[in-house]
Amino acid sequence: MLNEIAFLLCATLTLAGAVAAMTLRNLVHCALCAAGAFAGLAAIYLQLDAEFAGFAQLLVYVGAVAILIVFTILLTRGAEIQPAASPSWRMGVTVGALVTACLIGSIAASPGLHGSPPQTVQAPVKRIGEQLMNQYVMPLEAIGLLLTAALLGAVIIALREPPKPEPPAP
Amino acid sequence: MEFIVKHIWLIPAAPLLAAGAGALLPKRRRRSGAGLAVGAVGVSFLLSCAAFWATLHGGRATSHFRWFDFGATSAQLGWMLDPLGAIMAVMVALVSLLIFIYSLGYMAGDGNFTRFFCFMSLFAAAMLGMVLANSLLLFFICWELVGLASYLLIGFWFQKPAAAAAARKAFITTRIGDLGFLVGMLALYSKTGTLLFYDGGGGCLEQGVIGGVAVSTAIALLIFCGAIGKSGQLPLHVWLPDAMEGPTPVSALIHAATMVAAGVFLVARVYPLMTPQALQVVTWVGALTAVFAAAIAVAQNDIKRILAYSTVSQLGYMMMGLGAGGVAVGMFHLTTHAFFKALLFLGAGSVIHGCHDEQDIRKMGGLRKRMPVTFAAYAAGMMALCGVPLFFSGFWSKDAILGAADHWSASRGPFYLGLFGAFLTAFYMTRQVCAVFFGKPATGEAERARESAPVMTAPLLILAVLAVAAGFFGTPAWPWFQRYLEGGRAGFDLSRLLDGRALTVMLLSTALVAAGITWGGWIYGRAGRGTDPFEKARPALFACLRRKFFVDEFYAATVVRLTAAFAMFCDWLDRVVLDGAVRAVSWLAVALARLNRSVDESVVNGGFDAGTEAVRGSGAWVSRFQNGQAQRYLRVIGLAFCGLLILLLWGSP
Amino acid sequence: MTTPLAHYLILAALLFGVGLAGALARRNAILVLLGLELMLNAANLNFIAFWRFSSHPGELTGLMFVLFSIAIGAAEAAIGLALVIAIHRHRRTAQVDRFDSLKG
Repeated sequence: MLNEIAFLLCATLTLAGAVAAMTLRNLVHCALCAAGAFAGLAAIYLQLDAEFAGFAQLLVYVGAVAILIVFTILLTRGAEIQPAASPSWRMGVTVGALVTACLIGSIAASPGLHGSPPQTVQAPVKRIGEQLMNQYVMPLEAIGLLLTAALLGAVIIALREPPKPEPPAP
Repeated sequence: MEFIVKHIWLIPAAPLLAAGAGALLPKRRRRSGAGLAVGAVGVSFLLSCAAFWATLHGGRATSHFRWFDFGATSAQLGWMLDPLGAIMAVMVALVSLLIFIYSLGYMAGDGNFTRFFCFMSLFAAAMLGMVLANSLLLFFICWELVGLASYLLIGFWFQKPAAAAAARKAFITTRIGDLGFLVGMLALYSKTGTLLFYDGGGGCLEQGVIGGVAVSTAIALLIFCGAIGKSGQLPLHVWLPDAMEGPTPVSALIHAATMVAAGVFLVARVYPLMTPQALQVVTWVGALTAVFAAAIAVAQNDIKRILAYSTVSQLGYMMMGLGAGGVAVGMFHLTTHAFFKALLFLGAGSVIHGCHDEQDIRKMGGLRKRMPVTFAAYAAGMMALCGVPLFFSGFWSKDAILGAADHWSASRGPFYLGLFGAFLTAFYMTRQVCAVFFGKPATGEAERARESAPVMTAPLLILAVLAVAAGFFGTPAWPWFQRYLEGGRAGFDLSRLLDGRALTVMLLSTALVAAGITWGGWIYGRAGRGTDPFEKARPALFACLRRKFFVDEFYAATVVRLTAAFAMFCDWLDRVVLDGAVRAVSWLAVALARLNRSVDESVVNGGFDAGTEAVRGSGAWVSRFQNGQAQRYLRVIGLAFCGLLILLLWGSP
Repeated sequence: MTTPLAHYLILAALLFGVGLAGALARRNAILVLLGLELMLNAANLNFIAFWRFSSHPGELTGLMFVLFSIAIGAAEAAIGLALVIAIHRHRRTAQVDRFDSLKG
């Protein structure tokens, strides 16, 4: 019972945050609402006994991605004068609604999704570490490489180029 | 000696090389061209003398080599040395040498001096090749080469239409005879399987009678056709008088002494093939030709034409001798005739040269005093030709023929014809000599005539000596010539001269010759210039004789007309029918090409263009979907995802 | 734990839909990226839910996947935002419908 209420609360928070993130005019408000949505999701992860994932979600998404977005918004000021929504926003919303309807329909039509969850689950960090080092060592290394590349790439892309030297006068 | 017996081919090779080298010389190198020719034929003469000397000591040789293969058999050529060939080679080389030297003077003023000697060398090479050939094929090759050389030399002054026409006529007329020769050659080959004359028992002349009398006679007569053409016997004699269009040395060498004698030589060479029936034909043809030509000669006015008809007549005598008396009789007259006829022609050339290229005897006269050396030589030749007894070679050789005809078992006809011919010969020669050398000069040119240069008179004198001396080698008292050809020793026996029938024939011929000369001299010696007395007496007969019995006109109306009509028909066929067919095919090809092109342009190109236009259009239409708006792409992805999901979940059962 | 799996999935579906709608409807590139992040998070939720309700939770498969997904999502966000900054520097705009030079 408590579980259900907790879930509903978190779900509402998440959805409200998401909707707000997508509809508000002020971009910074959008980013902060998105951060709230991420936090709600982290709570749900915790509820689902995936503590590590939850904390990772908080650290990364709320702590890094949301802030990153805020920074970018602040760096790209001067673009909110025009109407916020694109001319075909109705079409976009319709498509989103359609996709949602399809998904929910397929969920509803699937059997065996209404049962209760199975036994308690333990996901100790030690176990996660072991798995990372044994089974998932290749993806781990690949992720390391990917993050390094992303770091470098982002820096290079966003780097302000030094001014070119003047060509010698003819 | 052994050297020349083994290398017979050197004798024709020398003038052939001279001809080849002469062909490459430029026109202005006159001395080199003449020197080459004279030198080469001189070398041939020396080698022929060596070969002749070898045969006197019993030297004989035959050789053969393979020319090319066809199927299982091969064509064989070869050289041979025997008395007949050796004596002919010596005669041909000697007469050629003398005439070449004569031509140095006669043709000195001509621009084409070098070409003349080149052709003359070619002729000498071919003639010598012919007399030394051991293969009927090689003989035929040289025969044709001789004909070619004759064509080139008759038409030497080809700018004159008469000369070009005469050359053509000579070539075509001899060709008709050569056709028979070729057929005979092929028949002989098919019957005996070889064309070599002597091949150690396997040659075609060593086979005896071939395939029966009829077949043998047929082959012999076919081969004789070639002789009829080349030696100007009766139906095919028409080219010889026209051949006088060539330069006088050419007439002397080719159409008096050597080439025309080739026909006689052919009959002599293939004598083993001649059946008695064939020999009958040969004799009669010869006899008729002798009288026919002599009659025509009586009414001619061109100095060379008289001599030409005389040649035809004497060739008839030679054939008669071959037919009635055998190889030795005919060949003896051939040899003596070569000397005195060449002498007469060269003398005529000297006269023509002296009268500044005048050839009509009615415009000459009184040259006896102005050209004494020429007159003396010419008189010797004339007497040899007529057969004035004892000292002149013609008497002995003609007498041999008349004797053989007298003894001929088949008929007396040729004998009487021969006698009549002898009378006519004396008559027309006297007429000619009187008109040219006696009386008063008819024109200024004749008055101013000068004796010719020594380079021209020297050969005349040498030939005059030979015209006298050669006869002594064949008298019945000492028949060296006959024994030499037949292989035996000739003893000197004066009593043979007084043998009954031979003596009768000799006296009869002497009487006829005397009658001819006297009557001729009486008619023509006293008459001044003006119309020919004979013509005045019998104008119709004279006209008929002068027009050569209208043989040329007859041929023109029949053979020539027929050939021309056929040629026109063929031309029509070619131009209208065949050309039309070709044009139709080409029109078809062009139409097809045009169709092809239009199809190519409209269908292929057009189709291709339409296809590419379609692709480009559709490509342009499709690319409109890509407007660069990422959100639109995302929208499409979303819709597609929905569609896919619906399809997957509720589509298939 | 009494909430059935379906509820979690429906939440994820709704979140996904919102994210998609926002990505399609907003003009600003940064908000499109934000929508993208929401979609990604919805997928992560799906994975965690299925892992929790699976018959072999000891395998930690879903958890592992989500960890890596978070990492990748963060990297992708970083790059995307760097791109937006770079484009803004050149074009003085962050509007998605202006980035259309790749049209056909």
